[in-house]
Amino acid sequence: MIEGFTALYIFMLAAFTGYEVIARVPVILHTPLMSGSNFVHGIVLVGAMVAMGHADTGLEKVIGFIGVMLAAGNAVGGYVVTERMLEMFKSSKGKNK
Amino acid sequence: MNSLIQLSYFAAAVLFIMGLKRMSSPVTARGGIVWAGLGMVVATLITFLWPGMHNYAWMTLAIVVGGGLAWYTGKKVAMTDMPQMIAIYNGMGGGAAAAIAAVELLRGDFHAPTFQVLAVAGGLIGSVAFSGSMVAFAKLQGLMKRSLVFSGQQFINLAIFAAALAFGFLLMAADLPSGLNILLFFALALLFGVLMTLPIGGADMPVVISLYNALTGLAVAFEGFVLGNAAMIIAGTVVGSAGTLLTQLMAKAMNRSLGNVLFSGFGSGAAAEGEVAEQGEMKEIDATDAAVMMAYADTVIIVPGYGMAVAQAQHKIWEFVQLLENRGVTVKFAIHPVAGRMPGHMNVLLAEAGVPYDKIFDLEEINNEFEKADVALVIGANDVVNPVARSNPESPIYGMPILNADKAKNVICVKRGKGKGFSGIENALFFLDNTRMLYGSGEAVAGKLITEVKQL
Repeated sequence: MIEGFTALYIFMLAAFTGYEVIARVPVILHTPLMSGSNFVHGIVLVGAMVAMGHADTGLEKVIGFIGVMLAAGNAVGGYVVTERMLEMFKSSKGKNK
Repeated sequence: MNSLIQLSYFAAAVLFIMGLKRMSSPVTARGGIVWAGLGMVVATLITFLWPGMHNYAWMTLAIVVGGGLAWYTGKKVAMTDMPQMIAIYNGMGGGAAAAIAAVELLRGDFHAPTFQVLAVAGGLIGSVAFSGSMVAFAKLQGLMKRSLVFSGQQFINLAIFAAALAFGFLLMAADLPSGLNILLFFALALLFGVLMTLPIGGADMPVVISLYNALTGLAVAFEGFVLGNAAMIIAGTVVGSAGTLLTQLMAKAMNRSLGNVLFSGFGSGAAAEGEVAEQGEMKEIDATDAAVMMAYADTVIIVPGYGMAVAQAQHKIWEFVQLLENRGVTVKFAIHPVAGRMPGHMNVLLAEAGVPYDKIFDLEEINNEFEKADVALVIGANDVVNPVARSNPESPIYGMPILNADKAKNVICVKRGKGKGFSGIENALFFLDNTRMLYGSGEAVAGKLITEVKQL
């Protein structure tokens, strides 16, 4: 378990990291990057799995099931869409050479 | 076992950050998503080993169903529809964060009051991101044509938000929150997300989707704290801050503040007032004359817009450009920061057609070159070339940076019909003396131009 100030430090450092990673990005990559970051928060899947794994009552299980399903959609859909977009950058670069 | 899980989450967090970093350069972008994807697979698989879990069969089924549907839709969707797909997948993430909050609140087994507060906060943000993204999806997909604006709307939205917050505080204070309160809390939060997004016009949707993307990241981070899951905290926070920055960059590209986007109801009917009827008339040109004009020009600048993308005309246009270049014409593409539906969207679409980077120019790079250009060919773009943004302070788009297509010696506008653009604003460019209208769908027109140039 991550307690109090440790959590706050992680939060602060991760926030700066996110800002720095994006700060100098060319406009052409804004959409792919938004899609990529959309994929990254698909990590919510692991949380949804843990929540569902500890669900006891029927209601908790149903909500957990929906949560895992949505999270899997986020992760897989985010990946497929981002990959398709970035694939184009690769092919057009190839023709250029 | 616990160390192995923590180590895997650590590796996943590193892979996510490195992946995002690689995605921020065109050369390494393709590898970036693979790195991040690897991190996701590692984290997901290792989570099956989390101690004390049950419901494995149903869990696997949920992953297969949710992931399978997303895989299928993600592969099938056309490139032009990408923005709404990002919206829907993002909404799913927000919904998942809200579901975690709901399960944890129902269990009521919190280690410290802080976690209870964070669970509620994450639930609120996740729910808003979920329902808001679904409305954004419906709007971009054309399922919901009209923006809903009524008097006192801001007040009602505020009241609903306050009510959701009030129930949130009740949940934070209770030892074991009552089921009814939890239900009302989530219902109000979801309702607020819907109502907040309804009045926002289609042209502003990219900014809103980006905002919801950042919000989902934040919700995921909060639920990560609740579950003591470092991978979720780091990935969620990184997306939260990166998404906030992206949202600001997008709003800036349209010269509008975020508050303006969220609360003004732009492009929904408010635009009608203060609108002066444009005088003059549109002058038509046929494909033969247009082809001759461009074939004997020195410089042609093409301004593509969403209309071109919808018509799937980018491949034909590129073929046409290659024909012009064979005749010694210099051709450049001018991309407005918000061409297409999102910043960078048009670049993706042109890349799909095989147009090399070095022919594509940003607004700042090319705006001074229009004066020297013989022809500006505007295909399916509208608001981004509307000179009203420079001249008429009454106009809702006044102050937005535009491409100076009107300064070219000749302007040819390819357009399906005489209607107004996405934002419903009359385009003064179409009435200028040096402008000629070439009616037809982007692809048909491009086809005709190709035939004509070949015959010269």
